[in-house]
Amino acid sequence: MKIHEYQGKEILRQFGVATPRGAACFSVDEAVSAAQALGGAVWVVKAQIHAGGRGKGGGVKVARSLEEVRLAAEQILGMHLVTHQTGQEGQLVRRLLVEEGAQISREFYLGMVIDRDAQRVALLASSEGGMEIEEVALHSPEKIHTLRIDSVAGLSAEEAAQVARRIGIPEASVAGTVVVLQGLYRAFVEKEAMLAEINPLVLTVDGRVLALDAKFNFDSNALFRHSEIVALRDLDEEDPAEIEASKFDLSYISLDGDIACLVNGAGLAMATMDIIKLYGGNPANFLDVGGGASREKVTEAFKLMLKNPGLKAILVNIFGGIMKCDVIAEGIVAAVREVHLRVPLVVRLEGTNVELGKKILAESGLPIISASDMADAAEKAVAAARGN
Amino acid sequence: MSILIDKNTRVMTQGMTGKVGQFHTTNCIAYANGANCFVAGVTPNKGGQSFEGVPIYNSVLEAKQQTGATVSVIYVPPAYAAAAIDEAVDADLDLVICITEGIPVHDMLRTRYRMSRKGTATLNESNGALAKDQTQGCRTLLIGPNCPGLITPDEIKIGIMPGHIHKKGRIGVVSRSGTLTYEAVGQLTALGLGQSSCVGIGGDPINGLKHLDVLRLFNEDPETDAVIMVGEIGGSDEEACARWIRDNMQKPVVGFIAGVTAPPGKRMGHAGAIISGGQGGAEAKLAVMEECGIHITRNPAEMGRVMKKVLKG
Repeated sequence: MKIHEYQGKEILRQFGVATPRGAACFSVDEAVSAAQALGGAVWVVKAQIHAGGRGKGGGVKVARSLEEVRLAAEQILGMHLVTHQTGQEGQLVRRLLVEEGAQISREFYLGMVIDRDAQRVALLASSEGGMEIEEVALHSPEKIHTLRIDSVAGLSAEEAAQVARRIGIPEASVAGTVVVLQGLYRAFVEKEAMLAEINPLVLTVDGRVLALDAKFNFDSNALFRHSEIVALRDLDEEDPAEIEASKFDLSYISLDGDIACLVNGAGLAMATMDIIKLYGGNPANFLDVGGGASREKVTEAFKLMLKNPGLKAILVNIFGGIMKCDVIAEGIVAAVREVHLRVPLVVRLEGTNVELGKKILAESGLPIISASDMADAAEKAVAAARGN
Repeated sequence: MSILIDKNTRVMTQGMTGKVGQFHTTNCIAYANGANCFVAGVTPNKGGQSFEGVPIYNSVLEAKQQTGATVSVIYVPPAYAAAAIDEAVDADLDLVICITEGIPVHDMLRTRYRMSRKGTATLNESNGALAKDQTQGCRTLLIGPNCPGLITPDEIKIGIMPGHIHKKGRIGVVSRSGTLTYEAVGQLTALGLGQSSCVGIGGDPINGLKHLDVLRLFNEDPETDAVIMVGEIGGSDEEACARWIRDNMQKPVVGFIAGVTAPPGKRMGHAGAIISGGQGGAEAKLAVMEECGIHITRNPAEMGRVMKKVLKG
């Protein structure tokens, strides 16, 4: 689960990491008052959306007067901010962060991830702040320093100081950076994050170390014990179809194709998308109905798929193991009767009670195209989507 | 022969009395030699009771001491599942199979850390059939979490896979996914190619045995002739495994990677199935696997047929 920058900075401050002073704002007037209350002569007005790359898209502006704060807030609030992470239509900006300007001397990068190979939390640090870390990794990987952290001992002050020196933090500011690194690690572990980034971490002209940005992604499997994180969820930033799906315990991801698919199991669901593509079609979604798909779940899954206005065909691919094919077939028949099916439906059933399942589909009188295996299903779905 | 488990394996079930545990225990007992293999259940405070004639004990250690079970399968809910693994590791079991999906990743980090730090003093006494997981210091091997389990057809099934699609034979199967494993097995069986053992290693980012560990076991198993390796986006385990195969594997391997069409930054159902930081894409994995001599297919409907062709030479 992702959160906004201003929320991430609030968490960092709880763990002793310094950030510029600032306030979250939901209107232009609020932005101006916030700037006034902060005082000073320079402010930064920042769009709050979950996607990265906001600066390049025009979502971050420096203001040198209250009038400029107003102008910037007017321009950013309500804009559809397009970044490399949002897609062409962009993300509507509904919230701003107004902060005091910082006098920056140098920028650095800090990141924390779950290192799957080492099975540890890994700290990534680089002298190349403000850039996408993927870019740095591609062009100058030697500038990224990685430290795998001992799960019990944690991040020691000595290790943290070593990292600080490696990325070129001047000696006078090493102690301040140790506080940041240890705070970031404690926040990462205590709040059960999957990813945390401070990019950039800045060194100010007076030697302070500040988190100028904050990005967190939390483990959704751990949210049951973090109500304080759940409270930060902003549904406006999430795909409505994916939110709807999660209510019914369906795993759904929207894609930009026109052949929807309904599958049991995540791996098979991905493989189904892949085979649609392989046969010349384009998958409209990833959809895993899980191991215990009830009739209600299948019906909701159909409703979700049919919300896509560009939909041309639906492919159902079920390998019944624990889930019996006859139960699934009844679910499909009931769902099709309940929803208004306007596109061709191809169904491939395999596994437990498959003959019974196929019989139920055949005797339903519904225009269901039956497929013998995955390849046959993909071929038929692609042909159906083309109107053949 | 087979890998990891056979008809002589004795299994305890942690979380046997829950709805999921009961359902799958019943199915596992009904499969092949299951009635002799599943000898104990573990549920705290329910010791002395029984389910389907299988006695329940309060702790893993007690179950091990009373029944001689050396393998455990876990259906405990996600919030308590990592602690259940810890208990099995502390009791020095040979193998733990964790089916549970949705365990918090920081719990698994702690559990894997504990495993890596546990002394290796008892290793010499361990069952010769079990290889040592390279990433851990303890004798206990972990499969999963978030996996379907493993099966040696016509002998024993430990997990949630449908037994009837399998056929005894000489092909090994290893996969991160559940139903996609069934798909591969179903194709093999339909073509008359039986399986030696089928192992689901699970879809979580922090887990026990990796593709590489399982391939190593298949390589050493005299009754396995070839292996189907099914991977998916996320991480770099398949690449590491492919390089190991290039240098060590003496048997043909057929490979498929799910998620060629998956967009970056999106978690595709499995907690570990995500392309992040430019890493873990399917094309990159396929390229490395092909370079390393694995017979890859981009068509998930062709895994069985490619294997048949490879075996014919």
